Order: sequence, then structure tokens, then C-alpha cells
Amino acid sequence: MTSILLVAERDEQGEISQSTVQAIAAANGLVDSVVTAAIAGEAPASASALAVEKVVTLSSIDDADLGIYDQATAEISALVESTSPEVVIFSKSDFGSVVGARLAFRSDSAFAADCIEISNAGDGVSVTRPVYGGSALAEFDIVSSRAIITLRAGAYETNTETGSPSIEAFESGVNVEQTASVTGTVAEAREGVRLEDANFVVSGGRGLGGPEPFSVLTDLANALGGAVGASRAACDAGWIDHSHQVGLTGKSVSPDVYIAVGISGASQHMAGCSSSRAIVAINKDADSNIFKEARFGIVGDWEKVLPSFLATVRELKA
Amino acid sequence: MTVRIVVLAKQVPDPETPPSQFKIDESTNTVIPPNGVPPVVNGFDLNAVEAALLLRDAGADVEITVLSVGSDFVMDAMKKPLAMGADRLVLVDDSGLGNIDSAATVKVLAAAIEKDGPYDLILGGRQASDWDQAHVTLGLAEVLGLPLVSLVQKLELDGDSVSLQRVIPDGYQTITAPVPSVLTITNELGESRYPNLRGIMQASRKKPEVFSLADLGLSSDDLAPKLELRKLYIPESNKQVELIEGEDEADSGKKLALRLREEKLI
Ligand SMILES: Cc1cc2nc3c(=O)[nH]c(=O)nc-3n(C[C@H](O)[C@H](O)[C@H](O)COP(=O)(O)OP(=O)(O)OC[C@H]3O[C@@H](n4cnc5c(N)ncnc54)[C@H](O)[C@@H]3O)c2cc1C
Repeated sequence: MTSILLVAERDEQGEISQSTVQAIAAANGLVDSVVTAAIAGEAPASASALAVEKVVTLSSIDDADLGIYDQATAEISALVESTSPEVVIFSKSDFGSVVGARLAFRSDSAFAADCIEISNAGDGVSVTRPVYGGSALAEFDIVSSRAIITLRAGAYETNTETGSPSIEAFESGVNVEQTASVTGTVAEAREGVRLEDANFVVSGGRGLGGPEPFSVLTDLANALGGAVGASRAACDAGWIDHSHQVGLTGKSVSPDVYIAVGISGASQHMAGCSSSRAIVAINKDADSNIFKEARFGIVGDWEKVLPSFLATVRELKA
Repeated sequence: MTVRIVVLAKQVPDPETPPSQFKIDESTNTVIPPNGVPPVVNGFDLNAVEAALLLRDAGADVEITVLSVGSDFVMDAMKKPLAMGADRLVLVDDSGLGNIDSAATVKVLAAAIEKDGPYDLILGGRQASDWDQAHVTLGLAEVLGLPLVSLVQKLELDGDSVSLQRVIPDGYQTITAPVPSVLTITNELGESRYPNLRGIMQASRKKPEVFSLADLGLSSDDLAPKLELRKLYIPESNKQVELIEGEDEADSGKKLALRLREEKLI
């Protein structure tokens, strides 16, 4: 038996997130796994149908903890101590990346970030994770009695399997004093669909040459009902806000169509979009790496290609 | 009063190495150093050096110590933070440190920091571009029992505390943290400065202060791994791109849209 604690997260509506459902698929894929899901706050409606044995609610974690995650780390550490799971799975989100790493050190466990596969290896567990920006894959055996793992979004299918877990509350009684305090939040205004949820993503890179061309990309995204993404180079240049960055250190997207314009296809960029159904590349350099990753491509100057592409898309959509 | 800042820095293979030159020796599970592409200091760690230098630019009296754990250090690379303006370079240099996992790295860093003396802030890059684990600095905060704020894009000293901006998926949070704290720095901070000639001259005269494992009271027994690398390889890609070619680029654009419709993708 492998006992697994899965730390669930919510989507914008407060329901169980897609990445959590994917993590359940990963957990249930292990031999003889017994999975408990833990969630901060009250259990949402979707929790009662999760394909897990048990759902544990953690009422001591609230939004005041967001970003610092001192209370979340303490509460989940207490839960881990009392239930002794062999594997703890988080999504590779802001929350999972911070709390997972801290939990690993607090509980003297192994930690593996951004995994794309968890599997049985002999009596133990092994994980696969991209390294060197995605240029290589590494398989690790866990040689510790407990492993804390964060899972990359899109690595597993969003499973439709359901269950009827019991729902219990867990309260450690621990109440930590915040070491740092959040005094405000400044959010980038967003129009239309969230980049992470979009079925169409149009991304621009250094090849766009400046901030203005992003308006053409926005027109195209709007025509498709999608969202605008960008490479790190475009964000670092200040052409578009960093909240649009796709990649290893940006957002992970898996749309039906990912259109990369003036992007060379560095492994760190592809890390955020390679699970898209189809990648379309528009790049003037035929030797560019993006053509090794794309399903459709045009070797050409985006300035000449995009207007007619956009016009035809509009006609088809009309 | 001097604010003592420790910046954690790691030597990594240059992440800009062209894919054609990125090779792995599968018999030893190691990356073969590409010919003529020297290693560099991890880019996000340079962002952390820059964050410390910006505090000095803003008028604070800061002492910046760069700390690195590893083996086979290339001084030209490791001295870059000094050339940018950092004051000291402390290396834990030991052949036993070549292939340790991040749990062990944290142990060594913690021991070196305790040994090296008092500090006010510990800064690290958000992740290292080789193993991409993004957790050494976070783990160090746990082990030292210090407050932690990750993904900092702006940093100001404010008496006994620091005012921070922390990047979140759709913007940033403003945060006040006490001193001492551990912070991870992200590239949203802005480009890190290029060393100038004077900086390079000064750096060339400075010598790193070197500790061995034994100096820190550690032995290889303390560095037992929790993760064991079984296999390291370059994934095969068998994707075949379908290039759309029209009479001219405008025509290609049109044909691409039609082709995507044909595939029911749009
Ligand atoms: C640790 C680490 C993490 C990183 N994380 C990320 C990340 O999350 N996301 C990310 O994107 N990057 C990331 N990077 C950076 C990454 O390695 C690349 O440097 C970056 O993705 C390059 O961006 P780009 O493709 O826009 O620019 P370039 O590589 O400069 O490519 C520009 C492309 O535009 C093409 N072009 C130029 N003019 C035209 C034209 N008129 N028409 C058509 N095509 C044209 C060129 O042929 C070229 O292929 C990371 C790097 C490191 C080391």
C-alpha cells in the first residue's frame, strides 16, 4: 500500500482545480494507492465526487496567509505528522511550490519539483522531471521514507473518474504568527479568458521587435476567443506585462492551438506550452527550434503573414 | 549601521548553450561540458546580486557576501558578482560537493552561513537553471528558522524591516518582512548590471575565502541523498512540422487559417 496525501487547490470559482484532478489521476496510477485529499477551507461541492478515499478540510488556512504560507505550512506539516503519508502531492502552483518545499525540509522528506511522472519502482517510488530548462529529463528514485512532489499542470489527463469520499475536518490547533505581512495586492487587469484556461493562445516573442505588435496579437486572440501570451524575452524587454509569460518560470498553458509568433522555441519556453494540442509557429528563421516542436509552421515575416491570417480567421468565424 | 547581505550563487552550465551542443554522458548521468562554452553564475542569482546592489545605490551601507557551494569552480565565472560590485566571495569548495542533492546543499549552506558570521538578509535566485528545483533557498529559510518571502521583484530597506513586492500569477503583492529574512529574487527585478572596467579590475585582485567540508564540521556522511538520479537523458522528439507555403507570405497566412479549419482546430 502507498498512502498518498494530495493537497488540493481551487479554481477561480472555488471548485477543485483541473490540476488537482490531474494529480488524483497520477496518485491513483500508483500500485495499491490510498489517497486522501486535503483542502483549505470548507469542502466545495466538487469535492464530494473526487476519486479519493477521504477529503480532509483544513479550516485554519485562509486568504490572509496567501503568498507567505506560514499557516498553511504549519497546518499541512501537522497533518503529515499525524497521518504519515509516504507521498505528498501538490500542484506546481505558487502555493504548492512554496508550501511543498518548506514542508519537505520541515518534515525531513525528499522533494521533487515540477514532476511530469510518478511511478512505482520496486518497493519505492520514482519520479521523472524535466531539468536543464527542459533540455533533459531526469528519473529519480526516492531514497527517503517520504517524498513531497509538485506536479506540472498538463502532465496527466484531467480524469473523469469519480468516487464518494468521506469528508472530515482536521484541526491541529496550531496558529502561527505571520513572520511577514501582506499589505496589499496589485493585480493586472484582465479582459476575456484567463491565459491558463484559454483554448487558443497567441504568443509573441523578441521577433515582434517592440510593444506595438502585441495589439495585432490581441486582435487575433480576440477573434479566436483566446488569450495573449509572451516569451520571457518579450516580457523582460517591457513590451508586455510579466503575467503573460509562458514557460518554465511563467505560466503553463495547454490550449487546443498555441500560436508562437517570433519565438525561437527555447526549451524553457516550450516547458510552458508543449502539452498544447497543436503548436503553430510563425518565424522567419527556418532553422529555429520552434519548427522542431510545431505541428504547423510558416517560415516568414510575421508582419506579412499575420494580417491575412487574421482576416481569414475572421471570415471563417463570421 | 552596515546591513550584511549574503547572496547565494551557483555555478551552472550556460543555459544559452545551443541545443545542438547540449549533450549527456548516459554512462555517468552527467552533462558533457560543451566545448568553448564556459559555465556561468546562475542568472537568477545575478538578479539577487543586483537586488543587493540596488540597496547600495539607494544609499544604504551594505556589505555583500556571495556564497557558493560546489566543486570545480571556474573563477572567471564566479568572480562576476564581485565585478558587479559585491564585496566578498566565500566558496565551500570540496570534491565531495560535485553531485550532492539539494537537501545536502542546504545543510552545507546553513553551516557556512553560521560559520561566516552575522547577517541581516539572505538572498537567492528564484531557481537554478540546471536542476530547476527552486527550493534550496526556501529550504535554507526552514533550516535556519527565518521568515521567507519568495519571488521578490522589488526590495527596499525600511528601518528594521524590508518592503517587498512579490510576484504572483496576475500581478504582485506588497509585503513587509522583518530583518533578518530569507528572500528569493526573480528576473522581474530587471536586468542585472554589466561589470565595468573598474569593477573587473577590483574583482581580479580579490581572493575568494574558501572553506572545505571539514572546516564546517561536516563530512560526506552528513550529505546522504534523499533523491538518487537513476537516469538522465535527452528526450526524443519525433514531431514533424507541416510547413504551409503559399505564393507569398500573405497567401501562406491565408492557407494556414484554412488548414487549421480543415483540421477542425479553429
Ligand atoms: C532558468 C531560465 C528560465 C527561463 N524561463 C523562461 C520562461 O518561462 N519563458 C520563456 O519564454 N523563456 C524563458 N527563459 C528564456 C529562454 O531561454 C529564451 O531566452 C527565451 O524564451 C527567448 O525568447 P524569444 O524566443 O522571444 O527570443 P529569441 O530566442 O531571440 O527568438 C526570437 C525569434 O524571433 C524570430 N524573428 C525575428 N524577427 C522576426 C520576424 N520579423 N518575423 C518572424 N520571426 C522573427 C527569430 O528568428 C527568432 O527565432 C528562461 C531561461 C532560463 C535560463
